[in-house]
Amino acid sequence: MSININRYKCGYCGACVGVCPGGALELVETWVEANDCCTSCGLCAKICPVGAIEVKK
Amino acid sequence: MKEMYDLIVVGGGPGGAIAAKNAAELGLDVLLIEKRQEIGDPVRCAEGVSKICLSDHIEPDPRWICADLTGSRIYSPDGTMVEMSEEMSGGEVGYVLERKVFDRALVDQCARAGAEVRVKTRATGLIVEKGVVCGIYAMHLGEEYEIRSKIVIGADGMESKVGRWAGLDTSLKPADMETCVQYLVTDIDIDPQFCDFYLGNEIAPAGYLWVFPKGENMANIGVGVLGSKSGDHRAIDYLDKFMKDMYPEGRIIEMVYGGVPVSGPIEKTVSDGLILVGDAARQSDPITGGGIINAMEAGKIAAEVAADAIKKGDYTTNTLNEYETLWRSTIGKEIEYSLVVKETFVKFTDKDLNHLAQSLSNVNFYSLSLKDLLYALFKANKKLLWDLRGLFKDVVNSNFEFKYKNDQAD
Repeated sequence: MSININRYKCGYCGACVGVCPGGALELVETWVEANDCCTSCGLCAKICPVGAIEVKK
Repeated sequence: MKEMYDLIVVGGGPGGAIAAKNAAELGLDVLLIEKRQEIGDPVRCAEGVSKICLSDHIEPDPRWICADLTGSRIYSPDGTMVEMSEEMSGGEVGYVLERKVFDRALVDQCARAGAEVRVKTRATGLIVEKGVVCGIYAMHLGEEYEIRSKIVIGADGMESKVGRWAGLDTSLKPADMETCVQYLVTDIDIDPQFCDFYLGNEIAPAGYLWVFPKGENMANIGVGVLGSKSGDHRAIDYLDKFMKDMYPEGRIIEMVYGGVPVSGPIEKTVSDGLILVGDAARQSDPITGGGIINAMEAGKIAAEVAADAIKKGDYTTNTLNEYETLWRSTIGKEIEYSLVVKETFVKFTDKDLNHLAQSLSNVNFYSLSLKDLLYALFKANKKLLWDLRGLFKDVVNSNFEFKYKNDQAD
């Protein structure tokens, strides 16, 4: 998996968590964490309102 | 924190707070947990709410009402404006809230009703025995806890994990979510009693842009873009462009990001020992994006069903299904209607939107009822609105009474 969440851009809204099909993301208090269930599908990067997430396939 | 409660509510937003408050008032031993250290912050909401139904849950208080709206204006892509007065807009006008104060007031109510409240406490998993949810694993200040309960209510918002842990599929496709950015803008010239909506594929593809006043010279200005249309241009890009064009002198004193489910009702919102409420159950309105009132209504129903189930000693879906039945026959009806409208709306081109707005430009809205407006709109745009004919028929025949007014865009 290769997901990079830019914490300086992220506004911890959790939109990415809602669309993650594998449940790999979690909004923990005020930051987003990804676990090994990430399949690099890229939906989180697409939905992010500010473009804080980069996914390499 | 104790080891056992009747009910654990995960999430201290409006849905969770109302569920916990009502459950405590019905005599249940309740724990409400909120992962953030503060209730209501950070805000992820445009803060508009309809007045109808709000006072069923909390007495309106000037401490959390920033603006009292009397009407709304909708701008089509070519600038044609449709203005609606308070009665006409139905659920579209009401108050603009200060969510940080409002949410805390709701949790204050629920603490005073006897519920135990724990902030900076996050659910990390569900205790499931023989397929039945019987508590949560939680983390508070780095310590892990195992807390049991007869029933768990998942009110953990758009980013809900509780439903997924119980095997309920709550994941959304990008086409089922509006991706939003909002600025709190000050020192601008706005009408403090009107909310404005801007439509168009250049402004907010398959969504809308809003200007909600938060008092004199201050407004929440935000945009929601359908997730499937987000990519090279994101919500923040559309908002920055609008700000540059319309309010170049405006000063931004807060940034708000958010995702709003517009999927319509999901298949299941209960399982053995578990009820989902609010955004976690995808109960926000697919056309307005409003979720506060729906979450509170659902929270109240969930508390009542939970109290009944605990009285009976049966926490399985057999009893909890009553929640499904009740919310789907009330707020669920409106959500279904809004979903039909949304599915038509997202297909409109700018030309379609202009046409619809122009067809209303000679209508005197202050003298018409909502029913008449919808009828006039449909009559003038039959082809465009053909997919909505069932809905228009229901409204005109008054089968659908707009009993549960939705709040908007939170």
